[in-house]
Amino acid sequence: MSKKLRVATTSLAGCFGCHMSFLDIDERLLALLDLVEFDRSPINDIKHCGPCDIGIIEGGVCNAENVHVLHEFRKNCKILIAIGACAINGGLPAQRNHLDLGSCLTEVYLTEPGLAHGHIPNDPELPLPLDKVHPLHEVVKIDYFIPGCPPSGDAIWKFLTDLIAGKTPELGHGLIKYD
Amino acid sequence: MLPDNDTQFDASGQAWLDQLTARHRNDASRLLQILREMQERFGHIPQDAISRLAERLGIPRARIESVASFYSFLHLKPQGEYRVLFSDNITDRMLGNQALLEQMCQLLWLQPGKVSEDGLVSINTTSCTGMCDQGPALLINGRAITRLSHQRVQEIAQLIRNRTPMSDWPADFFHVGDNIRRGGLLLDNKLAYGEVLHTALAAGAQSIIDTVKASGLRGRGGAGFPTGLKWESCRKAQGSDHYVVCNADEGEPGTFKDRVLLTRQADLVFEGMTLCALAVGAKQGFLYLRGEYRYLLEPLRAVLQRRRDSNLLGESILGKSGFDFDIDIHLGAGAYICGEESALIESLEGKRGVPRNRPPFPVTHGYMQQPTAVDNVETFCQAALAVQMGADKYRAIGTEKSSGSKLISVSGDCAYPGIYEYPFGVSIREILQDCGAVNTRAVQVSGPSGVCVPESEFGRKLGFEDLPTAGAFMVFDDSRDLFEVARNFVHFFAHESCGFCTPCRVGTSMLKQTMDKIANGHGTQYDLNEVENLDRVLQTSSHCGLGRTACNPVLHTLKHFRPAYENKLKSLMFSPAFDLDGSLARARQMTGRDDAGAHLKETE
Repeated sequence: MSKKLRVATTSLAGCFGCHMSFLDIDERLLALLDLVEFDRSPINDIKHCGPCDIGIIEGGVCNAENVHVLHEFRKNCKILIAIGACAINGGLPAQRNHLDLGSCLTEVYLTEPGLAHGHIPNDPELPLPLDKVHPLHEVVKIDYFIPGCPPSGDAIWKFLTDLIAGKTPELGHGLIKYD
Repeated sequence: MLPDNDTQFDASGQAWLDQLTARHRNDASRLLQILREMQERFGHIPQDAISRLAERLGIPRARIESVASFYSFLHLKPQGEYRVLFSDNITDRMLGNQALLEQMCQLLWLQPGKVSEDGLVSINTTSCTGMCDQGPALLINGRAITRLSHQRVQEIAQLIRNRTPMSDWPADFFHVGDNIRRGGLLLDNKLAYGEVLHTALAAGAQSIIDTVKASGLRGRGGAGFPTGLKWESCRKAQGSDHYVVCNADEGEPGTFKDRVLLTRQADLVFEGMTLCALAVGAKQGFLYLRGEYRYLLEPLRAVLQRRRDSNLLGESILGKSGFDFDIDIHLGAGAYICGEESALIESLEGKRGVPRNRPPFPVTHGYMQQPTAVDNVETFCQAALAVQMGADKYRAIGTEKSSGSKLISVSGDCAYPGIYEYPFGVSIREILQDCGAVNTRAVQVSGPSGVCVPESEFGRKLGFEDLPTAGAFMVFDDSRDLFEVARNFVHFFAHESCGFCTPCRVGTSMLKQTMDKIANGHGTQYDLNEVENLDRVLQTSSHCGLGRTACNPVLHTLKHFRPAYENKLKSLMFSPAFDLDGSLARARQMTGRDDAGAHLKETE
């Protein structure tokens, strides 16, 4: 049998809903494990991504750490896939894009009582937020997109098995939903 | 006095609205016309008025709001008392409209796209207003003002600040020139009113169709469908009523010939429509006039009334019993897509201007699902001329497959912009010589959806054999960046996409973003490839011609002027669409941080 493909996954500014949907492939996960092994992923808690064949990212880019992680994935993954509405369009987090970041921070940390004792957190441990939330493809080159909020387990399974088999992935009837 | 923003929809407003709807017979198919008049009276469409209107017309509020939100010139929220819209075609840009817009914003203390705090004025841009030969132009409360200069902008700002009613503004501001530079068959015709109709009535309906067919006349709106064939199909189509529609929604940037025809040859236009009515058996006709030409409404209505008084319209025209026909003028409200005939019909029916599925075509299922002949303004004129001259004489003009003459709207880098009439078969080079263009780099023929012709191809000829055209002819000299020309056109299509089908709605926006990314110096080879991918999606999967042609400006300029794109690219394979470190600046400011973690490199 040929060498297993290495797959990394992560969630940036997302809700992990796409990862939950990924788990919806259910017992097919065992079949998948015959074909791939996981690098960095919530499944195994590896902290940094090494050289991989496939990287799967849910969520958009909302802060500096997201940018670092995305760059790490792009550098290490031969094929990088944006999965779900947030990764592709910015999704729900991007709803803040029509507000000024400064007024968001002021509202949360200064105006509203009970948070951060009246100052905007400035600990270097914390990643700074970008002024806008961006889809992944505005920051790095993305090779494939799996649309959906979230895409169904069946769609993810079809996409990955096509990809692993060396076919151009095609989500046929019923696997892409528009509402 | 202009309507104030605080205008309450009070008892007098309600009485006015009730009168208005009664005048339109409480007919929901008149919705767009009613909304236009409300916009003129109130400066926007007040919420309370929508409820009242819904009641009167017996339709849901949602339908009214969906129609009102579709058209650029209708506003659901209060706008300034003075609503200023700068025409933003590339020809306006080349004449410096951006500096003028900034100047006016500074003089009146506001930002583009916003309403001033005192509710006095709002300033924004709009698609080409059809004044390219006398730009830069703008619309204030729907009235066109041409030949803008810093001086004129200053005067306008002063008038607005003083709240001078527009009726008291200098008449010279509103002067629209015809700029006819070269006449011909059509522009020099000396036909008396009704002359063509007399000829046609003597010959009979079938003979009109035979003559128009034999003349080889093809539609002048750009697509070039044989007019005689269209009229014949419409005549033969079964229906309770037949309709004639004149498409005067001249929205293609760079085109303004219909404006001049409706100013100088309105009788011939209406004569052509009446002729068509006789041929297809129609009792009702519509002229769909683009909102930008609102100022032509009263003069055109006067012409119609004169024709009614002379028995050239109305019942038993020229004494022929059973030959009843009249024409109603419908105004558009700022939607390019309504130039597409099925979208135009939807708009005529008072709906959003979304193109229909075709087939069935309007000749069998048009206005109110009845057989409808929709033709361009110029086509009706040419048909009248063809019938008057006879097919053989008409056919002798032009080329084999493109008979007759064509009006060309010349604008851009040339000494004499304006209207030129040529027999079909004229070469680009000839027109350039006549209009006094020098050092020409390229010509955009037939507007953004047409063809960009580089210098090496100036020998090409206008006509259906080679370069079909609706008439726009925009000249760019060697000081112009063809990338910026294409980017302006791409912005135009993204703005004018009707939003019905996803490939066009999303595709035109993505195309716009990618072109902006390249313009901002963030582009790479990858983005050029993406542009080509997008073009393919748009061309193959859009619902109508807008999406299919939206990528033409990019495809053509990429083909002939690729270096104009490449010299804006970074050499990287891929680069982010924005400045990563810059987008942390606001957060750095808010947190007072400047450590290593508070900065980002573009790539790692």
